[in-house]
Amino acid sequence: MKARVFITLKNGVLDPQGKAIHHALEGLGFSGVNDVRAGKMIELDLADGTSDAAIEDMCRKLLANTVIENFRIERLETA
Amino acid sequence: MKSAVIVFPGSNCDRDLAVALEQVTGRKPAMVWHRESELPDGVDFIGVPGGFSYGDYLRSGAMAARSPVMQAVKDAAARGVPVIGICNGFQVLTEAGLLPGALMRNARLSFVCRPVPLRVENSQSLFTAQYGAKEEIVFPVAHHDGNYQADEATLDRIEGEGRVAFRYLDEVNGSARRIAGILNDAGNVLGLMPHPERVIEPAHGGTDGRRLFEGLLETVA
Repeated sequence: MKARVFITLKNGVLDPQGKAIHHALEGLGFSGVNDVRAGKMIELDLADGTSDAAIEDMCRKLLANTVIENFRIERLETA
Repeated sequence: MKSAVIVFPGSNCDRDLAVALEQVTGRKPAMVWHRESELPDGVDFIGVPGGFSYGDYLRSGAMAARSPVMQAVKDAAARGVPVIGICNGFQVLTEAGLLPGALMRNARLSFVCRPVPLRVENSQSLFTAQYGAKEEIVFPVAHHDGNYQADEATLDRIEGEGRVAFRYLDEVNGSARRIAGILNDAGNVLGLMPHPERVIEPAHGGTDGRRLFEGLLETVA
């Protein structure tokens, strides 16, 4: 079973990386980009039956720094 | 003073800190590897050094903060043992929950490496008692992730409680309120991005860092 954890900066937290990407996109001539926020995605390959609570615990204890980041968990259907 | 310096894979200021401590205290610190679960008996000062522990994987300081030795550091801090985290050590202490806030990528995304002027905002702490009130000093910085951030309520609280130990005089890395170093609520844990251990003797181009360690020696020993 796989799950993906999406980690994003909280609203209001300045994102210098997102800003730099935004500038670069504008430099390439892409117009109409209002804002860019950069985050990360972590893919977990988990034993079947791993609970949502366990994955949340992983996020809180290590994967995300909840002072500045939010996380969202997405379970992937096994093929 | 019986001091210990924690060493993580990727630490690179551990020796600088050890040399500074030995020069000031006359005693070599114990170098404690991150896999240890205990600190040497009777340690009365702990240094968490700068560097790039675990290659800054995930977030700077994130992996190091969860290594076995950090539980022992947390226990010692709770008993009142003074702990200093410098640069990557500051990042480790925030990630470990010993200090509030977080250190993010520098606002201009570039690595900053130069001497910077600082103001000693709290000259009453265990670490800063040898400095004058609001004294201006110079410590070098060398970091990519030194942009200190916390929510407004936390910033107001640490300011109000006199827990901002050092503040940059100029804009350096985008830190909220130009905060360079903070204390925990008990005052025995200090985290700062600038490097006092790199300004110990005249050959370093400055000696402003020396008094931090001398002050500790006086209070602790």
